[in-house]
Amino acid sequence: MTQASTNTGAFSSALDAVASLPAPELLQDLRARGRESFATLGLPTRRQEEWRFTGLKAIEGEVFESPSAVAPRIDVTPWRVSDARLLVFVDGIFAPDVSEIGDLPDGVVVSNLVLGATSGSEAVAQHLGSLAPLEEHPFAALNSALIADGAFIHVPAGMELDRPIQLVFISGSEGRATLSAPRILIVAEAGSRATVVEQHIGDGASSLSCPVTEIVIGDKAVLNHVIVQEENLSAHHLAVRQIKLAAGSRYSAQAISVGGALARTDIGVVLDGEHAEASLDGLYLGDGSQQADTHLTVRHASPNCRSFQLYKGVLAGRAKSVFNGRIIVDQDAQKTDAKQSNRNLLLSDDAVVNSNPQLEIFADDVRCTHGSTVGQLDDEAVFYLRSRGIGHDEAIQLLTLAFAGEILERVPVVELRERLEKVVAVRLTAIADSRGNE
Amino acid sequence: MSLLELKNLHVSVDGNEILKGIDLTVNPGEVHAIMGPNGSGKSTLASVLAGREEYEVTAGEIHYADQDLLELDAETRAREGLFLAFQYPVEIPGVSNTYFLRAALNAIRTHRGEEEIDAIDFLALVREKVKVVKLDESLLKRPVNEGFSGGEKKRNEIFHLAVLEPKLAILDETDSGLDIDALKIVADGVNSLRGPDRSFVLITHYQRLLNYIVPDFVHVLIDGRIVRSGDRELALQLEDQGYEWLEVEPAQAAGA
Repeated sequence: MTQASTNTGAFSSALDAVASLPAPELLQDLRARGRESFATLGLPTRRQEEWRFTGLKAIEGEVFESPSAVAPRIDVTPWRVSDARLLVFVDGIFAPDVSEIGDLPDGVVVSNLVLGATSGSEAVAQHLGSLAPLEEHPFAALNSALIADGAFIHVPAGMELDRPIQLVFISGSEGRATLSAPRILIVAEAGSRATVVEQHIGDGASSLSCPVTEIVIGDKAVLNHVIVQEENLSAHHLAVRQIKLAAGSRYSAQAISVGGALARTDIGVVLDGEHAEASLDGLYLGDGSQQADTHLTVRHASPNCRSFQLYKGVLAGRAKSVFNGRIIVDQDAQKTDAKQSNRNLLLSDDAVVNSNPQLEIFADDVRCTHGSTVGQLDDEAVFYLRSRGIGHDEAIQLLTLAFAGEILERVPVVELRERLEKVVAVRLTAIADSRGNE
Repeated sequence: MSLLELKNLHVSVDGNEILKGIDLTVNPGEVHAIMGPNGSGKSTLASVLAGREEYEVTAGEIHYADQDLLELDAETRAREGLFLAFQYPVEIPGVSNTYFLRAALNAIRTHRGEEEIDAIDFLALVREKVKVVKLDESLLKRPVNEGFSGGEKKRNEIFHLAVLEPKLAILDETDSGLDIDALKIVADGVNSLRGPDRSFVLITHYQRLLNYIVPDFVHVLIDGRIVRSGDRELALQLEDQGYEWLEVEPAQAAGA
């Protein structure tokens, strides 16, 4: 991999800067492994199948600044879910002054990762870096190499948390083109129940954020996870999320992606015990030259598991989107029930979608369906609305919002759902206005 | 003063002439039935009046409430009090029936310079109007027409009509696919909405509907022309004799 040394050079100063930051040994080890792996892997190129449609030109030549501990310049109140336990991070570094964790039930840990690692938590030692594909994925490697801090959530067995936990990551602090590596570790022990909101927002710069989230779900535990990517429109967001489910557990996620010049999430789910169930839904909006990609692999490693994905996209302008969905059913994963669907709404002639759902089935008694659609709004529906008096633009807006609404209505945190409905409506209005001015 | 006047209307779709010179005058409060065999151009007439853009008017004029109707886009026609009950009402997933109807009503009210209706008054209005067609209130919260039965979709159209209170309602084969009980409910609904300020154009293949909604005038449309006009007796005659006797001598019939 001789190319690696050439195309990762731009990151070396940031990597050096982070390497010299004090950190618990666990994190230092991870940094070293990450750095080594990143040096080997290098930035991906379009010659690699997994990156064929994701151009990284915009970040290749860029020299990003390394993060430093600063107070957030933006007030997170508008994003705040009022009853949530709040942790705020600026360029991946914990900002305790604006976080509000509150009193926690016995045994529950909601903290920054450094604290989790220094307090000798076995969960951190056991699971941090255990799921993220450090050796294969360049951005999982880069994140690990740059790890400064992160969020750590540990819900002990049988504990049901009513209040959601909200993690807000601000990238590009003070308008600087920072390189940040938010890290999240969630360990939900057997029979526990929790809701986590992961929010990525930007502070006005063409920063690069490469978050890694690792989620370990124990027997019969239930985890709801809402991921909102509202980075600034010139930012780059390359995320990796890895989830492992034990028997009878349930993971339900809604990923809403509206920001970023380039926003890509690579998700890996392993159903690792019988009767586990994973539902992953997503909504992405793109306009201008935005690109929003989802690469999703769900592996059924045990019998009798269920997995469902519905990803919907609304693309206008010259926006691009890639959906690569893979369902792998292992040989002994009999009675698998898997369904994957990707539906795209194109609001312009120049928007491009690459949708590629795949099934790899090695068991013989399974029910697997997948499909994708790319289309425009139904003319007949538009006419129906207009014939009742609703204006053309408003009709399009209403139908587009309804298309997106199917995902938004699955967000289990009411306050967040209502805010997201407004955010999406505002974005769609902006898209409609820019179409009107063409 | 007529509400709607068609003069020598010629309409083509994809270069094929469907309507070949229609003359029709509808005065306020009148109920006109337009009958004809399949393919005679009945639904084309409804579509042109409602403002469907794929239809090309190649000759003739349409005047509606002192305006050139062909100058108005579909939504403006609706706001000016023209209503089309669809032959095939469209399912709109994700948009609730009441939300849709309130948006429509407010678009109409804003156009008239009136204030938008608030949620509480709207709910009261909807509760009252839903009785007109005995529509189950649970269908109000559901997405527009999604999962509705054929009869429920048609009743929902008349419910929309009742809420939006148009000056001219065009019912495009609203009777098709309805069993006799549903047909009576729809007809009763329409009859309760008749009044001096509201005209109806009923487009139908069968005279059955006209047993329940008695029209003031009946027009027979064959091959893009109105070949005969009369009162409800003409509809009864069509039921007895079919359309063939009019098809053989269209030239004479047109002059009758």
